[in-house]
Amino acid sequence: MPFIPHTEDEVREMLDAVGVDSLDALFDEIPASLATGGLERVPEGLGEMEVMRLMRERAATDQQPLCFLGAGAYEHHIPAAVWELTTRGEFYSAYTPYQAEASQGTLQLVYEYQTMMCELTGLGVSNASLYDGATALAEAVLMAVRANRKDKSRRILMPRTVHPVYRKVVQTIVSNQNIELVEAPFDDTVGRIDPESLGRFEDMAFAAVVIPQPNFFGALEEVDRLTDWAHNMGALAIALCNPVSLAVLTPPGEWGGRGADIACGEGQPLGIPLSSGGPYFGFMTCRKEHVRQLPGRIVGRTVDADGRTGYTLTLQAREQHIRRSKATSNICTNQGLMVTAATIHMALLGAEGLARVAADSHANTRELVQRLIAIAGVERCFDGPFFHETPLRLPAEAGEILEGLSAEGILGGYDLANDYPELGDAVLVCATETRTGADIDAYANALGACLRGSQRARA
Amino acid sequence: MIQEEDNVLIFELSRHGCRASAQAPRQRADTGSLPRRFLRRNAPQLPEVSELEAVRHYTRLSQKNFAIDTHFYPLGSCTMKYNPRGANAAAMLPQFLERHPLAPASTGQGFMACIHELQDYLAEASGMRAVTLSVMAGAQGEFAGVAMIRAYHTARGDTARDEILVPDAAHGTNPATATMCGYKVREIPTGADGDVDMDALREACGERTAGIMLTNPSTVGVFERRIQEIAQLVHEAGGLLYYDGANLNAILGKARPGDMGFDVIHMNLHKTFSTPHGGGGPGAAAVGVGERLLPYLPIPRVVKEHHGYRWLDENDCPDSIGRLGTFAGNAGILLRAYAYVRMLGREGMVRVGEYSTLNANYLMARLRDAGFTVAYPERRASHEFIISLKREAKEIGVNVMDFAKRLLDLGYHAPTTYFPLLISEALLIEPTETESKRELDGFVDAMVRIRQEAKDNIETVKGAPYRLPVRRLDDVKAARELNLRWTAQG
Repeated sequence: MPFIPHTEDEVREMLDAVGVDSLDALFDEIPASLATGGLERVPEGLGEMEVMRLMRERAATDQQPLCFLGAGAYEHHIPAAVWELTTRGEFYSAYTPYQAEASQGTLQLVYEYQTMMCELTGLGVSNASLYDGATALAEAVLMAVRANRKDKSRRILMPRTVHPVYRKVVQTIVSNQNIELVEAPFDDTVGRIDPESLGRFEDMAFAAVVIPQPNFFGALEEVDRLTDWAHNMGALAIALCNPVSLAVLTPPGEWGGRGADIACGEGQPLGIPLSSGGPYFGFMTCRKEHVRQLPGRIVGRTVDADGRTGYTLTLQAREQHIRRSKATSNICTNQGLMVTAATIHMALLGAEGLARVAADSHANTRELVQRLIAIAGVERCFDGPFFHETPLRLPAEAGEILEGLSAEGILGGYDLANDYPELGDAVLVCATETRTGADIDAYANALGACLRGSQRARA
Repeated sequence: MIQEEDNVLIFELSRHGCRASAQAPRQRADTGSLPRRFLRRNAPQLPEVSELEAVRHYTRLSQKNFAIDTHFYPLGSCTMKYNPRGANAAAMLPQFLERHPLAPASTGQGFMACIHELQDYLAEASGMRAVTLSVMAGAQGEFAGVAMIRAYHTARGDTARDEILVPDAAHGTNPATATMCGYKVREIPTGADGDVDMDALREACGERTAGIMLTNPSTVGVFERRIQEIAQLVHEAGGLLYYDGANLNAILGKARPGDMGFDVIHMNLHKTFSTPHGGGGPGAAAVGVGERLLPYLPIPRVVKEHHGYRWLDENDCPDSIGRLGTFAGNAGILLRAYAYVRMLGREGMVRVGEYSTLNANYLMARLRDAGFTVAYPERRASHEFIISLKREAKEIGVNVMDFAKRLLDLGYHAPTTYFPLLISEALLIEPTETESKRELDGFVDAMVRIRQEAKDNIETVKGAPYRLPVRRLDDVKAARELNLRWTAQG
């Protein structure tokens, strides 16, 4: 029987030990009226060989297009060692490390991870992960409302330059707790928040201000001024960051006069495959003084009975299995295996390797933009510095052009029409370190051809 | 398992200028176009090690873990069954790994076919009308469920309902979730036979009842025999029923939550459907609903139409509670669950329920015969059961934690300890269907041996573990003298 080791003789012996004569008798407490029928919609079982063949066939129908699409998930090179190690059974098939003595591998790794995330973000403490970037932001908002002792308002300033899906997810998660999200506009010449424009909010009270860096458009926000503005308002500053960018950009802990209070974001760029959107992981760090409001698992260093160094889950009184209805969050299982991969990824790349990835991605996107705006009618939506993504305006219907590029095996970017209709036919493009000059040529040529085709079709 | 005192950190292996140079771009490109005020002044202190040093370090760390692949792991309520390697191989096919989540549906029909079929198989297995897989883990599945219950009442203008009923033995995520959804928690006591106290439930049900969150089989390891009566009571009071799928493994293929009267359920794919626990996730949850809650189901989910598969979004589902993650759930984990379900088939699903229940009842009978106290001796075990070490604590002076730590020495991961709280000195034991009789017999021998050791010389057990990388850890020091990151100063 697949995955069941029992022989017929053993089953008989076991039933005898229990004192019943059949497997069915073990279910005699379930009312007969609840007996399940035949599960007709579930097919009969297949062997591993047949399932692998089926999955290979399915996978083969999914093309592997050349990717210039980011918008929250980024194609980076992942060293082969990362997933070779991560899928070792000792990591892959272990449980949450409640039995610390039998989980020192995972616990020490998480302690190393926490250290790395503190280094990247410039803040004092890190948790052991959340589900993804959007839910990490939602948890950061809830945390800020709990942690802000100066301001008891339940209002959050949420710029429109935050990823549109993140804003929706935060809304879904916090809306039942009477937390109000107030939208802040952006300057449509540069694609970032104009700190001067925040004056209109100065008669409102906020528990926190969300500051994305880079923002959804890839543009760099004036984080120092925004952080200081938040603090002057008595609000906490929540930094929403791309972790790869932090190898070159100022860490949130150094923003403005006092630094951001909480940093969070999507961990996927740190060694996690695109994989249709998951599993990824959310990261979260904060200033030390807020550690008791931090949601999720935290690993601490301690000693054993002989005085030797060891690691264990700590501050568990924040968590649902102890605090129940008064916990900081309902989160239980998080994304441990993804943290394993990210830690190994960061160890292999180091600060210099990660900075090279960040710098190459920036340079490649600049090159891509230069090539594409040389095409007649294609132009940048915004002036101003960007990290590795920026929107371009097209002289034709963006959706149609992206479809045309897709037919040529190119993912041309993210169509901004639904989320930012005021930008017109705009496409958010990205070229990470994985894109070559030849890839960029291919995109430019295909875009030129699609635009010519489109104009012909119109004429 | 590595037992030496070697617990060097990756940072302590670091030497300035050392690099795994094949893994990063050959040189650093120019970032001169970025204004200096945006650039960091000091590089983050990440490790500087060679590829071999990193590989060796993390390989050795892995060897300091217990895992299903190395040890019997009878952790109650966690369903630590074998995670088939074939399912991992299927999910790690390069086209699946490299697919961008926002790539058009036309370039992902193979992936989406798997997701659509899995939605359908899980709806059938649970007896629900529809299933979404866009939820990240059990606790988020619970959140989705309770948020849908709230949306349902709100849509009907029935807004005075402010209580969620939760049995006192429930998982901590249940009350935490109810709070996150803005509800008050009202606890329902468990009766002496392990079932919900019906009189207390009858008294609690009323105009303030938004719903009830139940695990069935329950957290005390028995099937809630009056579940249909409970469903009727709650429904008559105007509330809805939420099924916590943590213990679905016990009844897979034998009984379905939908048939019991539940309106919404979550299934933990990392439990019942054998996807990896990964040292603390990723989980993956499937959320299923009956007809009443269908409009509120979280998005996205896959539908099959004339031209192929596509994602349902806000426009298709205007009443949905919305999105609970950036993309569409833990897709790679869903592929593993899909491959597992295809290997099981409908006949294999029934066997999961049967053999997990057989193993639990066998292990319970053997431990009872060996003189341990079973918490509910008159009841049939589900896929898990509780023994109470109250007598051992009183007569010999060893408690659950001592047994747990000594079990580690003897090569068994400890069962769940001190849960549920209403049984004193509780060990919640879940063997799962993938363990052999020989492994279960070995566990009984270990339990008997520990009790004997405690009688002979209690320090043998009190001092455990001895054979692991570390001995018992000082949790109090960990919490009082917080050391949550490494620094060069130590």
